Amino acid sequence: MTQSESQIELLEPPPVGVVVEDKVAGVAGQSPTRLALGRFRKDRLSMIAFVVVAFYVVAAILAPILVKFDVIHPTALNPTLLNVDLGGVPNGAWGGMTWHHLLGLEPRTGTDLLSRLWYGMTFSLTIALTASVVAIVIGTVLGIISGFSGGIVDAVIGRMVDVTLSFPQTLMLLALSATGVALFAKILPGSQSDPLPNAVYEVLLLGLFGWPGIARLIRGQVLSIREREFVDAARLLGASRSRLYFKEILPNLWAPVLVQFTLIMPAYISAEAALGYLGVGIHVPTPTIGNILKDSVNYSQADFGYFFFPALLLAIIVVSFNLLGDGIGDALDPKADR
Amino acid sequence: MYAYVARRMITGVLMLILMSMITFVLFFASPVDPGRFACGKNCSPALIKQVDKAFGYDKSVVVQWKDFAVGVFKGRQYPEDPSLRKSAPELVSDCHAPCLGYSQVNLINVTTELKDKIPISGSIAVAAFLMWIIGGVGLGTIAALTKGSLIDRGLVGTSLVFYAFPTFWIGLFLLEFPAIKWGLVPIPNYISIADGGLWGWASNLFLPALTLALFYMAGYVRMTRAFVLESMSEDYLRTAKSKGLAPRKVLFKHTMRAALTPIVTMAGLDLASVLGGAVITETVFNYNGLGKLAVDSIATFDLPTVVGLVLLLAAFVIVANIVVDILYAFIDPRVRLG
Repeated sequence: MTQSESQIELLEPPPVGVVVEDKVAGVAGQSPTRLALGRFRKDRLSMIAFVVVAFYVVAAILAPILVKFDVIHPTALNPTLLNVDLGGVPNGAWGGMTWHHLLGLEPRTGTDLLSRLWYGMTFSLTIALTASVVAIVIGTVLGIISGFSGGIVDAVIGRMVDVTLSFPQTLMLLALSATGVALFAKILPGSQSDPLPNAVYEVLLLGLFGWPGIARLIRGQVLSIREREFVDAARLLGASRSRLYFKEILPNLWAPVLVQFTLIMPAYISAEAALGYLGVGIHVPTPTIGNILKDSVNYSQADFGYFFFPALLLAIIVVSFNLLGDGIGDALDPKADR
Repeated sequence: MYAYVARRMITGVLMLILMSMITFVLFFASPVDPGRFACGKNCSPALIKQVDKAFGYDKSVVVQWKDFAVGVFKGRQYPEDPSLRKSAPELVSDCHAPCLGYSQVNLINVTTELKDKIPISGSIAVAAFLMWIIGGVGLGTIAALTKGSLIDRGLVGTSLVFYAFPTFWIGLFLLEFPAIKWGLVPIPNYISIADGGLWGWASNLFLPALTLALFYMAGYVRMTRAFVLESMSEDYLRTAKSKGLAPRKVLFKHTMRAALTPIVTMAGLDLASVLGGAVITETVFNYNGLGKLAVDSIATFDLPTVVGLVLLLAAFVIVANIVVDILYAFIDPRVRLG
């Protein structure tokens, strides 16, 4: 890019409504966000991943409404469609697949598998989303404070990171679940069978074990941001600490935070499934991908459809989220060679 | 160098002390009454009191922690009662240093219990580690060298798929189909080298180790690929190539050396965490290692075992951190330990 070219670009602002990158790709005068968006749009795989993730998210948001209007039935039993002689396995191929039950039925209860998975996705995604938010908020705040303050505060937060990372996460989540859930059941209003205490426990514990990695990363970024002139300027103007943290530094961190978010989401969706298998988290009859899988893995021989579809559904969303995260990371990184 | 190692070791010990305190507060200050569970089903209040006294559950958490710490270094007795020792020595149970407590569920000292399980978890961990390091780094390098080709996409895509399907699902699939239904591999059942010879040991480890390795391999393929690509774009590599070095020498002496440095850190920490027992893999294949012990002892509220496990696993991670940092100084000439 020579200077004269960029000057011409400055002299002739693009007319309103015309997308800049259509004229000349990567012209000076576009904001970094705009450039990143352009790079992202050109990446076919990331766009596919984005569409899949968007589809899942919209479906998950719609599920409770569809349940209310009786379009999907995650708890309706269909005992007549089951083969009692074979221990309650659905009649027909692929776990009783029909036009009414597109993914077949759940053995023993005869509930519609698609409905359960669909509604379960709502719970799984909600848990993963809130746990990600908890981890990101703690990690970002502590990372900023740690990187900006330095000294003893930095050292203390650094040791907190080390200690948290040294605890065996899965074991702690399992071991504390009985007392933790009982505690939340006492604090939170609602009935005994409510999924809320289990969900709150899972979200909080996942978040409390998930923040250290984010805090380390953010701290590293803050170390370089705090040396920039605008921070000095703000400080000279007498800005308060919280203003420096959240008004000056935080806006410069949205790129790494966004990338971390899209990478921690699939990790937590997987974690919910793994913990569900170990019996932690929301229990049946409320469906989650984890507790459906806990049951479905017992039917690998008897009902392969029931064994396969929940895992496939989970795998698709985990892959899509990961590809989306990679794509966003690449698009936001101006050095990424493509 | 020695000063650095000494300093790191002191920090490590301090961290373990801190973690043991946190663990004690979390488990022994919880609403779960350990004496109630230790005593069993047919238990009278008087008996509970006796159990509480024998194991020190009637004391405050601080005193219990102190007793535990003393036990680790000097050993302890249950109950700590010199007069009983004299009158009825058969009623007193000895726990020699390093004493991590006494499991009232399994009626065995926790240290002995853990010692028996370490070879099993260690075998799975080492076998899996070899698989994922060789497979992950090898395939990752191939992917980087064929960047953008079908091989590259295939490798990255496949590894992502294996990462996305939950570990327990892959494990059960491998167990149910290749092992049980098709009879291609033996149904895993742990045999020590002493009992079954090297082949018996290794062939039985194949499936559990593969299950665990597939999960980690995915990450290593992607990481190795990224690091090799990054180091391939460095200036010194152009220099190496243009001075006419053989391609193989360029790859192994220049590219890989730089690319593998960060992998060593990851590998060390991951090995430490799987050494402490792969909870899900061991549960799926019913291997009585540390991970299965964790699940079982949590289910029976066997708090002394859980606490022992948490601290053992934490110690693995802390030691691995120190080892990795020291290794780094040898691999990476830029790092000098001060």
